[in-house]
Amino acid sequence: MDFGYLTAILFLPLAGIIVIALLPKPQARTIRLTALTFTLASFILSIAVFCLFDRSAGAIGQMQFEEKISWIPAINAFYHLGVDGLSLPMVILMTFLGFLAVLVSWKIELRPREYFIWLLLLETSILGVFCSLDLVLFFLFWELELIPMYFLISIWGSGRKEYAANKYLIYTLVGSAMMLAGILSIYFTTGSLGMMGLCGLSVASPVIPFAAMFFLLFIGFAIKLPMVPLHTWLPDAHTNAPTAVSVILAGALLKMGGYGMIRLCVSIFPEIALRYAPLLVALAVVGVLYGAAVTMRQRDLKRLIAYSSVSHMGYVLLGIFALSQISLTGAVLQMFSHGVITGLLFAMVGLVYDKAHERNLDNLGGLARRMPVITVVFTVAGLASLGLPGTCGFAAEFITFVGCFSSTAVGGIQIYTLLGVLGIVLTAGYILWMLQKVFYGSPLEKYDGVPDADNIEKVCIFSFVAVIMLIGVYPAILTDVIKMGIMPIVKLIGL
Amino acid sequence: MIISELQLIMPELSLLGFALLVILLDLFIKQKKVLAGVSIAGLIVSAGFTLLMWGAPTVDIFYGMVAVDRFALFFKLLLLVAAGLVILASQDYVSKFERFQGEYYALVLLSTFGMMLMAAATDLISIYVALELSSISLYVLASFLKDQKSTEAGLKYLLVGAVASAVLLYGMALVFGLTGHTCLICIADVIQGLPIAGLLESPALLLGIILLIAGFGFKIACVPFQMWVPDVYEGAPTPITAYLSVASKAAGFAVVLRVFFVTFGAPVWLSLDWGMLFAVLSAITMTVGNVVAIVQTNIKRLFGYSSIAQAGYLMVGLATVGMAAGTDALGQSGLLFFLASYAVTNLGAFIAIIAISNRIDSDMIDDYAGMGKRAPLLALALTLCLVSLTGLPPTAGLIAKIYIFSGAIHHGLLWLVIIGVINSCISAYYYFRVVKVMWLEAPASEGKVPSSWALRTALFLCCLFVLLLGVVPGCFIGIAEAAARIFGS
Repeated sequence: MDFGYLTAILFLPLAGIIVIALLPKPQARTIRLTALTFTLASFILSIAVFCLFDRSAGAIGQMQFEEKISWIPAINAFYHLGVDGLSLPMVILMTFLGFLAVLVSWKIELRPREYFIWLLLLETSILGVFCSLDLVLFFLFWELELIPMYFLISIWGSGRKEYAANKYLIYTLVGSAMMLAGILSIYFTTGSLGMMGLCGLSVASPVIPFAAMFFLLFIGFAIKLPMVPLHTWLPDAHTNAPTAVSVILAGALLKMGGYGMIRLCVSIFPEIALRYAPLLVALAVVGVLYGAAVTMRQRDLKRLIAYSSVSHMGYVLLGIFALSQISLTGAVLQMFSHGVITGLLFAMVGLVYDKAHERNLDNLGGLARRMPVITVVFTVAGLASLGLPGTCGFAAEFITFVGCFSSTAVGGIQIYTLLGVLGIVLTAGYILWMLQKVFYGSPLEKYDGVPDADNIEKVCIFSFVAVIMLIGVYPAILTDVIKMGIMPIVKLIGL
Repeated sequence: MIISELQLIMPELSLLGFALLVILLDLFIKQKKVLAGVSIAGLIVSAGFTLLMWGAPTVDIFYGMVAVDRFALFFKLLLLVAAGLVILASQDYVSKFERFQGEYYALVLLSTFGMMLMAAATDLISIYVALELSSISLYVLASFLKDQKSTEAGLKYLLVGAVASAVLLYGMALVFGLTGHTCLICIADVIQGLPIAGLLESPALLLGIILLIAGFGFKIACVPFQMWVPDVYEGAPTPITAYLSVASKAAGFAVVLRVFFVTFGAPVWLSLDWGMLFAVLSAITMTVGNVVAIVQTNIKRLFGYSSIAQAGYLMVGLATVGMAAGTDALGQSGLLFFLASYAVTNLGAFIAIIAISNRIDSDMIDDYAGMGKRAPLLALALTLCLVSLTGLPPTAGLIAKIYIFSGAIHHGLLWLVIIGVINSCISAYYYFRVVKVMWLEAPASEGKVPSSWALRTALFLCCLFVLLLGVVPGCFIGIAEAAARIFGS
C-alpha cells in the first residue's frame, strides 16, 4: 500500500493534540512549538501532494491519492479519502492557514493547552470535510468542526462571545440537520454513500423529489457560505472570535459551503441546479451588493471585514451558479484567494487591535507613522481585496466575471454580472476609506508608544503576502489544477 | 424437559443467586464494600453465561413463556453492563446510607433480573410478572434516601406505576379476551385470521392496543405518560436515576418491540397503523422533552426531560418497525444500536454528575460553574457525553442518530426525521448551556473534586464506549443487526 498522504495530512494535527495533551506540565512555549511543528508538517505534506498531483489529461475527473477502507459495513459507509482539482486547493488553503493560525496565536496566554488542542481539532475537521469522499464521513467532519469553534469563540473570544458562540452553534446545527436529511434521502435513493459514484444522479423513483434533496443540502451549505439572508451569524462570530479563529473561519471554514455546493449540489443534481440557477444567481447578486452596502456603514474594524466576506462570498455563489467552466473555475479560485486575503485582513486587524487596543474606526487614525510595516501589509491586503491587478483578488474576480458574463446557462446573466461588478466599486470605497481612517491623517497622541509588528508576526504576514502575489502574478499554478476538477462537472451540466 | 431448560436461563438464575447471596452476606460482613464486589461478580458471571449462549439457536422454553434468542441476549448484556456501571458508580453514594447497603445492591440485582426476563418474555403473563418484579424493586430504590424528596419520588413512582400496571393489565385482558391466548405468537395467529380490514372495525383490539401503549409508555417515559419522570429523577438517589433512565427504558423498549412486532406485526394495515401512532407519539415526545428541558435549572430534572426527548428519538425506531411491516429489520437494529449508545452516554453523564454533585452537594446547574477548572477530567467526560447526547461527532450519539433516522427515511418518515433533526438543534441549546457553565463561568470555590477509583473506572468505560461507538461503529452495528435479525426479514 502506498503512503497515505491524505490520512497523514488529516491526522497530523490530531497527533499534535495527543502530544500536547500528554505533555507533563508544559510551558506555553513548548505547546506553541508542538502545535507549530505538527501544522507545518501537515502543510509540507499537502505541498508534496500538490507537487505529485497528476495534471495529465488522462487524470481529468479522477480522484487521486485515494484511500478506501470499509468503515460501517451496515450502511455501506467507507473511510474514503481522495483529492481532485476541486478539493486540493482547499486542502492547501487549510493547511497553510492552520500553520499561520498557530503563529497568529503566538501571544495567547489564557489556557494555552486547551486553546491549541481546539485549534488543531478545528484544522483536522475542516481538512476532513475537504478530503472525504463518503457522505457519512463528510457529515461527521462537517459536524465535528462545531465543537472546537464553539469553545474557541466562547472561551477565547471577546465582547458578546457566548451569544456569538451559541448563535453559531444553532445556525450551523439547523443547516447540518437539513443536510443530514438530504444525505439520508440520497442514500436510500441510490443505496450508496460514495460521493463520486453519484454524479449526475438519475433514478426513476427517488424517496423524495430531487429538488427537495437539492435544497436540503443547499440550505446547509448556504448557511455556511453564508448566503444572504442566512448570514447573520457571521458578523457576530467574527467580531467576537479570537484573531486566529477569525482567520480560519473566514479563510477556510466558509469555503466548506462553496465546496459542498459544487461537490454535492451541482455535481449530483446538475439539472436541478440548472433549473434554479436564475434564482440563486439573483440571490448571489443581492448578497454582493447588500453585503457591500452594509460594510460601508460599519464602525468596528472586525465587523467591517466580516461583512466584506458576505459580499465576497456572493461572487463565489455567482460563479458557481453561472454554471460555466470558466465561472466555476473562477469561483474556486475566488474561494482560495478570499481565504488568503481575508485571512490576512483579519490577522492585520488582530495586530492593530493588539497594539492599539482599539477597533473602532472613529477612534483610530494616523497609525502609519507608528507601524509602517503593518500599514504596508494592511494596504496590500486591502488592495488585493478590492481586486488590484497583480494580486490574487484580481485574478479570481476577473476570471469569475468573465466566466459569468459568457455563460449560457442562465438567461440574462450579463445583467446580473454587471450588477455584481458594481460590488467591486463599493469594495474600493470601503477598503480605501477604512485604510485612510486607520492609518492616515494626523497621528494621535495616545498612539505614541505603539510598536510595529515583531519578527514572528512579520514572518506570518509576509507569508500571506507572498501567496497573494504569487497567485496574482501566475494564477495558472492553481487554475490548471482546478480545471481538472471542474471539467467533469461541466460535462454533466451539458452546456 | 423443564430441568434441561433451566440451564438456558442460567444468566437470570445466577444473578438471582448472587442477589440472595448479597442479602445473606450482608448479615455477617461489616465491610460493606465487599457486597459491591460480590454484586459485580454476579453481573460478570451472568454476562459470561449470556455470552456463551450467543451462538446457540433460538429456543422457546417453559411452554413458550420465555425465549432465548439473540434479541433477548443483546438486551441482557446491555442491562448487565448498565447495572455493573451503576453499582460501580454507587460506591461513593451508598456510603452515605447508614443502613441497608446490602439491600441496595440486592435490589439493583433483583431489578436487573426482572428486566432481563422482560427482554426474554414471550407471553403476556411472563411479561407482566417480569415487569412488576423490576418495577417493585425500583419503587423501593427510588425512595432509598428517605428524605422528603426521595420519599415523594418513591411514592409518586409507585402510584403512577401501579396505575400504569393496571392499565397494562386491562389492555392485556382485552387482547386475551379477543383472541383467547396469552402467548404472543398464538395471539398473532388469531389476529391474522380476524375478518377485519381496519383497526376501527374491532374496538376491542383498538382499545387493547391503546391500553398496551399507555402501560408500556409509562415504562419508556413517552408523552403523555411522562409526568412522573422529572420528579422521580430529581428525588431518587442519583445512581438509581441513572439506572432508571437507562436500564428501565431499555427493558421497556425490548418489551414494546417484541410485543408489537411479534403480535401486531401482521397484517400489514395493522402494522402501518401502530407505526404511524408511534411516529406521532415520537414527534410529540421529543418536542415536549426538548422544549421543557430548556428552562430547567436542576441538572437531574434537565436529564429527566432529556431522557424523555431521547425516548422520542428511540420511538422513531419503533415507528420505522411499524412502517416497514416486516419487510426489513432497519428499525429494530437502529433502535438497538441507539439504545446501546444512549445507555453508555447517559450513564457516563450521570456518573460524572454523581461525582460532581456528591462533592458540591447540589444538583443546581449554576453550581457547576467553573467545573472545567475544579475537576477538568470529570468536566471533560461530562462534556463528551453531552456532545454525544446532542448527536455531534466523534461520538456514539451521531452515528446512532444517523442510523436510526436512515431507517425512518427509507420507510417514508422523512417528516419525522426533519422534526427529529430540528429537535437535535433545540437540544444543543440546553446541553451546551451545561457545557458553558462548566467551562466558561468562574468557579464559586477553588476546591478540587475528588472521586473514588470505582467511579473513575465506570466513567472511563462509558467514555471509551461513547468514542468507540462513534469512531468504529461497524462491529457494534453488526451485533445490533444480528440481534434484530431474529425478527425475520
